[in-house]
Amino acid sequence: MVFQSSLKTCLQLSCILRTPKAGFRSSSGGLIIQSVSNDVYQNLAVEDWIHDHMNLENRQVLFLWRNSPAVVIGRHQNPWQECNLRLLRQKNIKLARRRSGGGTVYHDLGNINLTFFTTRKKYERMENLKLVVKALKALCPQLDVHVTDRYDILLDRQYKISGTAAKLGRTTAYHHCTLLCNADKFVLSSVLKSPYKGLKSNATPSVPASVKNLFEEDPSLTCEMLLDAIAEEYATQHQTDHQITLINPADETVLPGINNKTKELQTWDWVYGKTPKFSVSTCFNIAYKDSVLDVKVDMDVKHGRIEGCNIDLPEQWLPPALCSELVKNLTGSKFCPNETTTLATTLLRVCPQDDDLHSRWNLLCENMIMLM
Amino acid sequence: VCIHRVRSCSSIRFIKSKYVCVFDKSAFKFSHQQRLFRTSAVSCGQIVQFKLSDIGEGITEVTVKEWYIKEGDSVSQFDSICEVQSDKASVTITSRYDGIIRKLHYNLDEIAYVGKPLVDIEIDTSKGVAPEEDVVETPPMSHEEHTHQEIKGHKTLATPAVRRLAMENNIKLSEVVGTGKDNRILKEDILNYLAKQTGAILPPSPKGEIIPPLPKSETAPAAPKDKARKIPLPVSRPLVFSGKDKTEPITGFHKAMVKTMSAALKIPHFGYCDEIDLTQLVQLREELKPLAQIRGVKLSFMPFFIKAASLGLLQYPILNASLDESCQNVTYKASHNIGVAMDTEQGLIVPNVKNVQVCSVFEIASELNRLQALGSAGQLGTNDLTGGTFTLSNIGTIGGTYTKPVILPPEVAIGALGKIQVLPRFNGKGEVFKAQIMNVSWSADHRIIDGATMARFSNLWKSYLENPASMLLDLK
Repeated sequence: MVFQSSLKTCLQLSCILRTPKAGFRSSSGGLIIQSVSNDVYQNLAVEDWIHDHMNLENRQVLFLWRNSPAVVIGRHQNPWQECNLRLLRQKNIKLARRRSGGGTVYHDLGNINLTFFTTRKKYERMENLKLVVKALKALCPQLDVHVTDRYDILLDRQYKISGTAAKLGRTTAYHHCTLLCNADKFVLSSVLKSPYKGLKSNATPSVPASVKNLFEEDPSLTCEMLLDAIAEEYATQHQTDHQITLINPADETVLPGINNKTKELQTWDWVYGKTPKFSVSTCFNIAYKDSVLDVKVDMDVKHGRIEGCNIDLPEQWLPPALCSELVKNLTGSKFCPNETTTLATTLLRVCPQDDDLHSRWNLLCENMIMLM
Repeated sequence: VCIHRVRSCSSIRFIKSKYVCVFDKSAFKFSHQQRLFRTSAVSCGQIVQFKLSDIGEGITEVTVKEWYIKEGDSVSQFDSICEVQSDKASVTITSRYDGIIRKLHYNLDEIAYVGKPLVDIEIDTSKGVAPEEDVVETPPMSHEEHTHQEIKGHKTLATPAVRRLAMENNIKLSEVVGTGKDNRILKEDILNYLAKQTGAILPPSPKGEIIPPLPKSETAPAAPKDKARKIPLPVSRPLVFSGKDKTEPITGFHKAMVKTMSAALKIPHFGYCDEIDLTQLVQLREELKPLAQIRGVKLSFMPFFIKAASLGLLQYPILNASLDESCQNVTYKASHNIGVAMDTEQGLIVPNVKNVQVCSVFEIASELNRLQALGSAGQLGTNDLTGGTFTLSNIGTIGGTYTKPVILPPEVAIGALGKIQVLPRFNGKGEVFKAQIMNVSWSADHRIIDGATMARFSNLWKSYLENPASMLLDLK
């Protein structure tokens, strides 16, 4: 990334924190920071860190960040319901769960993220979004953009270019939103389409919307320009210098404890384990030799692990003892293709070495794994 | 000099204090601590209904998404109670009181109402924290002024009881490392800090946490110790370790390993070890590595070990066989599907290279690359993980010389390779030279494999590797 060096300096964040009034003209100082990292987990960890550690009494913060390809689901969502996990794994696109509510979004370098940090009392989403719209119009006066009452920003009255989510703690709050400048719409629509059938859950569903890039309206627009325009508008409204401080989300001296936060966001227990309880009830066909058989599967998944499992197979297609071993082993395991593959292949080691049996077993297990 | 007032009556809520000041050391007594220890709650506490406070933006109802506590749990002020969601906003509700949770008013996914009771908390009345009556209207701001001390722009979290303790002992909260949630300073932290100052032996802490050493980066630059304080005498303290055992169920990869190894236990293993001089092979690989690189493949030693094993299995097919459950029949497998043990983040997996008997060394290398990439991404399929007939484990990449590998059923043999070391050896002329030595440890099923067969197979394998040119004679 190339930064306009005249506007951005790399000060130690701790310096800013120690001298709250230095460099700012009024007591309601606004601080603008930008991440040098494109790692979604590191950037989400910065949000956590500011939320937990920074004193926002006399200051508000605007955090600017961009990520390399990633899908970000809301705090209480179900990744199986929201996106195509198989495709994500194939394309090496990361999956992250943020701490704020709301729906699922796709991030890449053509999308910018803005986080507005305030005290709980000063939490005001509409104001923030109006600020963004004002900045966009200043940059590009002919743009038809406005804020809806669902806190989306629409382009030309129909295309969503920004989605919003928020997190409120005891004393601080943050509101973050995306802004589509030049993201890959093709990848976006394919990863946000879930192929998993038969899922029933109370997880927050996403509301699909048609999207458009600002770049399509005005090809001269770049992410850098948008970030600058928004920073400038923020600086004006908070009567502060238009000076963007760069931060490195891996720097423990500036952000002590940040690496632990980053690690936590990457754990399976956070990303998948925090999924609200759900059930899978589906069936698939297996074509074997000259026949086609129906298999019905029912599973309950809690904390990302299989709590209960039932597989309905035509009688004697597989030895019943083997099937019940499979069910017994799946119970308590993660609802995860990798673990299921390991368990299924291990079970084969301890049963009769019959090629026919192995083929049938592999077919059943491949299909089970497709559900995950 | 500012004077601080300590109200000694029991109904204190907040200490309206200015900053800590120096006071006479003679007044510093440990006896003060006794009345500040939390006594276990007796059932005659007062039950308070903690109501859901205002969320902002005119919101009146939210959905309860996660409970962090359950009935019977004890909570401290500022502990997280639950997570609620309203219109894309996720809100963490924290406790206003210290006490025990007696009732949860909502189940998961139910709608909760602002101003209505969320949980019932039993407060220990002897501690003298009076509940607030008008909970909905009280803005969070007044809380913050009283209970937060701002040190260098960081909030220092501590309950009023802890602050009192710190103040009475002339301790700056900024110098104490908090070990509670959100780096909150707990009573134990103050006591630990005190102990370090005076070398005293602490009474056992009620929470049983491991006492953390003070990390350098988090303390303020060393405050000049008060000259009036005595130099602490080196008192030998008993080592206080109060870690807790953790029990969890075995699932996933570990479960798979338990199954495999329990089955392997039924096989009577015998071992056979040897050392291999890889000096020539090391040289050969150096020459071939760039060629493979041009073709886009990373060439390690494994493809050579695997191919040599397959050539050996052609002469000793019993090592590529399988014994049935009843030990009545042995099946000689036609394909040499040689498994390669891989260590991944989640645990041990053994994918296999299929039909090594018809693959070239380059093809084996290419296939290994594919399996390794899939293995580290956690994307190996069932086909790659089943059908193995013989296994090699290159534990030497991590370390070790001789090992005792365990056979993976339904196979009958396995080989483990140690690390390559540079050692002095004698050559044909009786001179000492630098040799690249690797150890191999074989294990085989003694029900159908005898020592002589294993030894002969090993010698053949060894001769192929010590003199790679001889492999050319037998390559198909």
